[in-house]
Amino acid sequence: MRMTVAEQILARASGLPSVKAGDVVEPKVDLAMSHENAALVINQFNDIYKGTNLTPKIWDSSRVAVIFDHRVPAESPKTATNQKKVREFVGAQSVSKFHGIRGDVGGICHQVLPENGYVRPGMVIVGTDSHTTSHGALGAFAFGIGATEMASVWALGAAVNIEVPATIKIVVKGRFKKFVGPKDLILHIIGKLTAQGANFKVLEFHGPTIEQMSTSGRLVLCNMSVEAGATAGIVPADAETERYLREEAGVAEPIESVKPDADATYDQVVEINVAKLTPQIASPHTVDNVKPIDQVLGKKVHQIVIGSCTNGRLDDLAIAAKILKDKKVASGTRMLIFPASGKIFRQALTKGYVGTFMQAGAVVMNSGCGPCLGIHEGALGDGETALSTTNRNFKGRMGNPNSEVYLCSPAVAAASAITGVITDPNQHQLGRASANSGERAVRPTHN
Amino acid sequence: MATVVYRVGDDVSTDVIYPGRFMATVLPNETPQFAFADDTAFNGKLQAGQFPAGSVLLAGHNFGCGSSREQAVSCLKGHELVIVARSFARIFLQNAINLGLRVVACPGIEANVGDDLKLSEAGIVNTSTGRVYAVVPLPQSRQAIIDAGGLIAYTRKRLMSLGA
Ligand code: SF4
Repeated sequence: MRMTVAEQILARASGLPSVKAGDVVEPKVDLAMSHENAALVINQFNDIYKGTNLTPKIWDSSRVAVIFDHRVPAESPKTATNQKKVREFVGAQSVSKFHGIRGDVGGICHQVLPENGYVRPGMVIVGTDSHTTSHGALGAFAFGIGATEMASVWALGAAVNIEVPATIKIVVKGRFKKFVGPKDLILHIIGKLTAQGANFKVLEFHGPTIEQMSTSGRLVLCNMSVEAGATAGIVPADAETERYLREEAGVAEPIESVKPDADATYDQVVEINVAKLTPQIASPHTVDNVKPIDQVLGKKVHQIVIGSCTNGRLDDLAIAAKILKDKKVASGTRMLIFPASGKIFRQALTKGYVGTFMQAGAVVMNSGCGPCLGIHEGALGDGETALSTTNRNFKGRMGNPNSEVYLCSPAVAAASAITGVITDPNQHQLGRASANSGERAVRPTHN
Repeated sequence: MATVVYRVGDDVSTDVIYPGRFMATVLPNETPQFAFADDTAFNGKLQAGQFPAGSVLLAGHNFGCGSSREQAVSCLKGHELVIVARSFARIFLQNAINLGLRVVACPGIEANVGDDLKLSEAGIVNTSTGRVYAVVPLPQSRQAIIDAGGLIAYTRKRLMSLGA
């Protein structure tokens, strides 16, 4: 008793009646996810077996997922060769949850996992990616680990010597204003807690606003929990979780839900009312440098990005399409849109969003991480500024240390694309803006 | 004696320690060349081998926040640096212990480039100023991994005992 969601999940996965923050446990892992960095995991995995006379074998190949997303399609022979090596390995080890470079089942790992029903409430999920926290949106305990730790999980099927984290309870109430949503909420929370405020802790989200939020929105909250340093973010599973798993992820089996005990012990309780929240912006070069939009209005933007594991889902594209319908991306600004998965891309095609974006002058890219980490495509020039719905704005994040990245919601990104400057979708008269940036303005300007 | 050779502030992310565009490079003998790649002056000195093994990189709070990329640890380990920080981000700290990069968490540390530090489990003495600072012990949960000489060796031992 007295357990938070994280404590309950870790107790069960460790075969213990109860655990409390600070205990050291060895939870069995339900799902172990990697992306292209599986190439490094494979090296470490093979290393473990050196001199043992044992054959390297994944403990349970049905519990390992490998998703190619960071550099798809490959940008260099080196990446392509890494991907080839991973493909051969997952084949040899019979890893069934492998999603390569494909338009049907491909996409960003943190979208592919939930939309395929791989994530269930109560699971322990580890991933060689810091945003593995995303999967807490479905009531799982999900956290990021390094490649060597993953190699150890592949060998043992458990995460060894894990300290049970304390939990911060976040209670959210109030109705969002128009064009304000989960992204603004989590930016606000990170600004409040700071980049290290939740270090080694779990954020557990509660309250009427969360209960009414879609799984897509909850994914945004849990995705960015790590930007406050959190080990994991968790929304306790409820009716919406079940709806998502049944209707959107095609899950037929029984679904359990793990709720915190009524007398669970929390490290801290933070209450937030979103009724007055305005669009929030994280300014360069830290994610906790958060300001209400009115402090950065009018800032010139060279590149707008909508996408990523944070805000590349259908509802994000829907609001952007609504704002961009029959409008034009401002001259001197370029707009890149990358849906989070092939499935979302196809839905956006059917709904006509892709056509709307392209008519407006945006470039719609294949699903994947794309400009989010600036390795591959969509890098910034020296002195340029990006406004992006991604989750990090660290120096050099979009491929160039001499540039800056501001973070925002899809609504703000779309409204700002039309004006070319940071714009509040609530205040701006979008009709007028389009007159200044019509077809004429998007002809080649040799920039 | 461990000399402070460089100082960075709070919230230095793994994007800064090991920029994303070099992530296709994974081998621990190849990653050190890209340590702090966008900080050309520091990277140049590292590459020129100007710092003896055991030199200290001094950091503020939350060192290694952001991406879980392990290259951010292996690139520093390759230069045999010791990282003394006011605090570390969770995944970075875990990776450092797993790979055997020497890290010391010292919340109150004050030192300048050129200062000599005496490091011990009891604390840090800045011999240039004479001041003494308490250190936070590494997570006790990871002690078995440290004792085994890193996570690879630890897991190998566990596997062998399972097989036996
Ligand atoms: S979209 Fe960005 S944050 Fe998300 S997994 Fe890819 S690189 Fe990481």
